[in-house]
Amino acid sequence: MGSRASSLLREEEIEEIKKETGFSHSQITRLYSRFTSLDKGENGTLCREDFQRIPELAINPLGDRIINAFFPESEDQVNFRGFMRTLAHFRPIEDSDKSKDPLVPEPLNSRNNKLLFAFRLYDLDKDDKISREELLQVLRMMVGVNISEEQLGSIADRTIQEADQNGDLTISFTEFQKVLEKVDVEQKMSIRFLH
Amino acid sequence: MALLIMSRCSMWIGIFLLFELLAGGSLFAETVWDSPKAAGRSNNESLHWNPVTSSRQPESKAIQPVWSLEHEDNQTTSTDRLKIFSLDYHHVQVPFEITLWIMLASLAKIGFHLYIKLPSIVPESCLLIIVGLIMGGIIYGVNGRSAPVMSTDVFFLYLLPPIVLDAGYFMPSRPFFENIGTILWYAVVGTMWNVFGIGLSLYGICQIESFGLKDISLLYNLLFGSLIAAVDPVAVLSVFEEIHVNEQLHILVFGESLLNDAVTVVLYKLFKTFCIMPSVGVSDILIGIIKFFLVGFGGLLVGIAYGIIAALTTRFTENIRVIEPLFVFLYSYLSYLTAEMFHFSGIVAIITCSMSMKRYVEANISQKSHTTIKYFMKMWSSVSETLIFIFLGVSTVGDKHEWSWPYVCFTMLFCLVWRAVGVIFLTFIVNKVRVNVVTTKDQFIIAYGGLRGAICFSLVFLLPNFPQKKLFTTATIVVIFFTVFVQGMTIKPLVELLEVKRTSQAPPTVSEQIHIRFLDHLLAGIEDICGHWGQYYWKDRFENFNNKYLNKLFIREQHLSKSSIVVLYQKLEKKHAIELAEAGQLVGAPSLASLPDEETAEVSKSPVPSEQFDNIQELLIRNLYRIRQTMPSYNRHTLPQGKNTNQAKEIFLRRQESLLKDDGVLNIMQRRSICLADESQKKGKLARSLTVGGYGGNKSNSANHSPKLPKSMSVTPQQPHRTEWINEEEPEDLQSSNETDIHQKGEDEDRNNTENKIPGPKLKLRFASQDTLKNGL
Repeated sequence: MGSRASSLLREEEIEEIKKETGFSHSQITRLYSRFTSLDKGENGTLCREDFQRIPELAINPLGDRIINAFFPESEDQVNFRGFMRTLAHFRPIEDSDKSKDPLVPEPLNSRNNKLLFAFRLYDLDKDDKISREELLQVLRMMVGVNISEEQLGSIADRTIQEADQNGDLTISFTEFQKVLEKVDVEQKMSIRFLH
Repeated sequence: MALLIMSRCSMWIGIFLLFELLAGGSLFAETVWDSPKAAGRSNNESLHWNPVTSSRQPESKAIQPVWSLEHEDNQTTSTDRLKIFSLDYHHVQVPFEITLWIMLASLAKIGFHLYIKLPSIVPESCLLIIVGLIMGGIIYGVNGRSAPVMSTDVFFLYLLPPIVLDAGYFMPSRPFFENIGTILWYAVVGTMWNVFGIGLSLYGICQIESFGLKDISLLYNLLFGSLIAAVDPVAVLSVFEEIHVNEQLHILVFGESLLNDAVTVVLYKLFKTFCIMPSVGVSDILIGIIKFFLVGFGGLLVGIAYGIIAALTTRFTENIRVIEPLFVFLYSYLSYLTAEMFHFSGIVAIITCSMSMKRYVEANISQKSHTTIKYFMKMWSSVSETLIFIFLGVSTVGDKHEWSWPYVCFTMLFCLVWRAVGVIFLTFIVNKVRVNVVTTKDQFIIAYGGLRGAICFSLVFLLPNFPQKKLFTTATIVVIFFTVFVQGMTIKPLVELLEVKRTSQAPPTVSEQIHIRFLDHLLAGIEDICGHWGQYYWKDRFENFNNKYLNKLFIREQHLSKSSIVVLYQKLEKKHAIELAEAGQLVGAPSLASLPDEETAEVSKSPVPSEQFDNIQELLIRNLYRIRQTMPSYNRHTLPQGKNTNQAKEIFLRRQESLLKDDGVLNIMQRRSICLADESQKKGKLARSLTVGGYGGNKSNSANHSPKLPKSMSVTPQQPHRTEWINEEEPEDLQSSNETDIHQKGEDEDRNNTENKIPGPKLKLRFASQDTLKNGL
């Protein structure tokens, strides 16, 4: 298993991914073997069905959205680079990532980028705002069947009211960030077992 | 309300009567045993029981057998006539008393749980010990001496194995193996640290003249240290149930308490032998070290051997389903006894046996056997635990004690101190190599949760009779009581106190709640995509080996390829297909409302009133789906993970509905829902590929995809607790025969693809029979 994985992933690719995402060498090889194990068609890319085969995703309320997040706009296949790029958002933040230089673009796993990733999962139409509808959809996915539509509606209303500062009755990204400022996003959005 | 009070009163009266019965019964039995003295006494007692028997007391030693009319001439009654009614307690004494004890234990348990608040304040173990103390007091008072109810044999051979088996069988294997290094580190090194620390410091105390303990030698102190240092799994389990700690912490304490048995056994026996030997040489110490490894690995091997045999056996039990559960229990118990026979660690053996056989056995046995095993195990371990604590209380009362203030107090002090120091020191070292560090709060809980229990007590009883035995007994009992009562009762408030200190004071707002839950689900999903096991090279190797060879060997042919999620998929789809066929057409699912332009309601401008706010909070707390389980799934009183079945099913069904609905209305709605267009298209394809083996009109692209789906899904290892819920809910009306039993397919790598092609056509065939139903679509 080990030999098969590394023979398909060249050193320079690993280096590039390392630079782009910040994962270490061993982490990349490990994730590559996971990638290949998910890839049934063995063509070096993953399609949605490959993700759906993961049973825990089937019972995750956000399963479909998470899967969609891996696929770039209107594509059906994701290669290893894309896979890693998405996963890079969830790399635990290390001190080496925090650079004070404003010119250097933030690494993919910075707090802002993590939040942006989450924001995009809410915001399906990509207008940089979470409307009441989008919020309702997510809510509906996340709650059980014992909640009525009006209750859901009032929850959504309340959520928007708490977050909304400019009165446009939608949640923008800055408002979203503000709501979550007390939450330890770095810890909540970091995979816990990679080392 | 009055009814409640009445029922409670009647229950307590019943328990009280039981007390009397037991006390009287054992007394009665005593009188029957000690015949000469008792003849006189039994007169009075039998009056209590039965007027008939008293008439024939004078000569008889034993009570006349009830139904033998012809023999026993020497024990004559005054007549040979037929007795209408007579009592023969002696005949049924042993099973009768055992049953009464168990009955008492169970009724006491019911009693505690009637007071809803009580178990959360006082852990059950404490309450049971109190009941035992009361019983012991009664028996002592009535009898003049303590009841000999718990011998060490009874404890080690009958009471302890069910508990350990239960623990091993339901042990969540993923966290266990992930943390196995740390667990072993704590169990082995930690226990030895404790033993030598406590032993040596007590020896130091004994050297102090003023305490008058100079006669206890170093070896005896070490012996005492070895039996008092061991953390007891029974006590730990019963207390940790009440406090909800995270999975990792739970498995650390729990695993440590189970595995330190090996160390304890070795050291205890070693020191016991040394105490008897006239002199101790270096070679003896070396032998001791060798023995240590032998005990551990021996137990391991015995367990694995029996596990393998059990797995093989269940492969052939297809035609006699009813005794399948028996094999699990028999083999586990045998492994325990075999290990004990060789003086290996029985606990390690039984744990290894249950863990190794579990996967294969569950693949082979039927669903009902599976349920039976689980329920029986829970029942037995519950009864055992209850009995242990009650007997602990009963055996305390007696005249085997000798009190020595300094020794007892210092023992307690050293137990606490050494454990705390040990945990801190060991954690410091182990945190350097761990990914998920053991936090300070965790360390506190580990140190504080080091409860001693019945194992120490039994080991103390096993000691040979030497002058200080009574002192040791007293000290052990005091430590046990202290840890169980004081530490057991205060650990929960302390944990909560620590929690409160860390979290912010303000309650989370609704937004925060929702978003946090959102992030949790997201993280859980991403982690599942990344796969948890893959990071361990050896685990992957083992999985490959397992799939190539072991599964074929142990698991019956047609069960090889199914994983429980797949089967659930199939079931739900079949159900769905049937429903749709009956309904005749796709009925608009409620999720139609998810399309944006159906809803035109605006966000209400007025702020939501505060009482509604509280309602909302409550609603959310109750209704938000829980994230993938990170709480310990092992629970003494309930079967694992019964509750999340509904949640998972709801999510699953809703998803299926929305997928199919979107697909069905795809063409109509495509224009109207701009923002969902991409979604639904993608979903449509999803729906097509998700259908297994043909589903109504959506067959176009699925042909080449569907064979792959039901087979080896790249299943991240399904922890036993997670897939439990699927097993619980198999509907009886399933068309497929009983043979398509759901089993837990642990880890299933995809290199199996080729090997599992054979079951593929079978699956298709099963669906083919349903095609006639679906033709309506």
